[in-house]
Amino acid sequence: MTIADRWLLPDGVDEVLPERAQVVEHLRRQLLDLYNCWGYDLVIPPMVEFTDSLLSGSGSDLDLMTFRITDQLSGRMMGIRADITPQTARMDAHSLRREGPSRLCYAGTVLHTRPRGPLESRTPISIGVELFGEATVAADIEVIELLLQSISSAGVENVHLDLGHVDIFRGLLADAGLSADSEAELFDLVQRKAARELGQWIEANISDPQLAGWLNVLPSLAGSVEVLAAAREKLAGAPAAVLAAVAQLEEIVAAIAERNVTVYLDLGELPGYHYHTGVVFAAYVQGYGKALGNGGRYDHVGEAFGRPRPATGFACNLKSLVSQSANNYAAKQGVFVAYSSNPAVTEQIAALRSQGERVVQGFDRQQVDYNELNCDRALVEQDGSWVIQKLS
Amino acid sequence: MTQITIALTKGRILKETLPLLARAGIVPTEDVFTSRKLVFPTNRDNVRLIILRGSDVTTYVQFGAADLGVAGKDMLLEHQGDGYYEPLDLGIARCKLMTAVPVGTTQQHSRLRVATKYINVAREYYAQQGRQADLIKLYGAMELAPILDLAQEIVDIVDTGNTLRANGLEARDEIAEISSRLIVNKASMKTKFAEVQGIVDALREAVENNA
Repeated sequence: MTIADRWLLPDGVDEVLPERAQVVEHLRRQLLDLYNCWGYDLVIPPMVEFTDSLLSGSGSDLDLMTFRITDQLSGRMMGIRADITPQTARMDAHSLRREGPSRLCYAGTVLHTRPRGPLESRTPISIGVELFGEATVAADIEVIELLLQSISSAGVENVHLDLGHVDIFRGLLADAGLSADSEAELFDLVQRKAARELGQWIEANISDPQLAGWLNVLPSLAGSVEVLAAAREKLAGAPAAVLAAVAQLEEIVAAIAERNVTVYLDLGELPGYHYHTGVVFAAYVQGYGKALGNGGRYDHVGEAFGRPRPATGFACNLKSLVSQSANNYAAKQGVFVAYSSNPAVTEQIAALRSQGERVVQGFDRQQVDYNELNCDRALVEQDGSWVIQKLS
Repeated sequence: MTQITIALTKGRILKETLPLLARAGIVPTEDVFTSRKLVFPTNRDNVRLIILRGSDVTTYVQFGAADLGVAGKDMLLEHQGDGYYEPLDLGIARCKLMTAVPVGTTQQHSRLRVATKYINVAREYYAQQGRQADLIKLYGAMELAPILDLAQEIVDIVDTGNTLRANGLEARDEIAEISSRLIVNKASMKTKFAEVQGIVDALREAVENNA
């Protein structure tokens, strides 16, 4: 092993250096305060759990994303969390057992076996909220509002909100009687909007002409809010679940109409299809290829813990938010105090620190670089009293 | 104004793409075949073209460095990326992705050696066929591999079949029909919807008139 190999971090594993770390931590606190103001209780789930609880009801996507280790105490398989949401679902269903709506929030590092997308971190800091126990669209609206609020308080502007609903695809296929394999093929074609292959596939596999028409039109039902009117027209006569989903989207679009965001609807695209059960949403900005935050409804996750609860929520990658932030957050610089054994100096330092000042004391015979120490002022003795002087 | 970057695949695909783009109202302001540039402005201020190898087009679009791209279906099958949509079959540069063997070869039941530049496609195809195959990645002149006994079979693009015939090979099984596709970065579709959809629609119209 050469020296070059020793300092190398694994692909997709990143560290945050002081200046950036200040900003990340500042935003983390700011967001957790915001969630508290909205009535969300902070929880701190463990880094690692048995995979039985960690991966229950969350679909195979998360399964592949989770690092596993064997627990030497129980011999059972443990997973390092790749997503905090199932942990909060376990806490809501089993640890808290509240009767009414339960609002939880969290922030913590998660670990992914492989990056979610090109150049994405495998160790994102996930921050988000979950709202359990309320099945109506009002709960979805609340968390979407809170996602938008999170992004705007992070200083990110010109946000595009991407909305979809898994019941549209699911509702259309409810009576089609497709095998799991066929459904997966169809799903893949719809996700890629591969119009030509989709047309061929439908011709070969779907005999009902009405259903074929609906499926063919699905990838093109994407764009601004007019899509909903187009959906009402083109999916007329579709199963009730499909039309109910369109109605929910209409309600959400109306509720956030006052918000300063560009709404983009895509009725064919279904991130986390196997996991979500209703509205899905994500926030994007131009020029940044990944979602800044995403979420949706997932009503079945609690089932594995013996207590199905309706649930909706979102998570953001804190480091992505900071990378797109226009906020000029500069940490306050500190006061430098030269080495001294004088008890009066020690007193002065304690007094400054108790006021919340950053105070850095030098060592004996130290070469001082104020920049490295992040100090813009110094404590100096002038005419027998101690004053703080600006460093030039 | 929202800037749109379109990545094009050089070579035969480029020759057949430019007339379609022209009918969609996008014309490069200089000759892309003689210039040594890689980025070309067009008659539309907010649209520029970049010209790349096919396998790089998918990468540029997946990463969002280009908003749209034109690439062969073979490249999309091999790339297996998920950061983009493929909403439009341009119907150009048609050919087939096939297996080929020395003329007269009978099917073997032992482990196969296959030379190809489409490693992912070949792995999936042979698995589907229930045949165990060892894959050898080559970057060109696939036909040479069976002649020198590097491989027993190849997986490659077949257009007229002339190169195969000239080297004593014959095409066997069709894996996929290939033509060039328009691909769109997912985030660009969401955040630059009006511009991107405008180009997709114009190209769709150009393709339909072409048919």
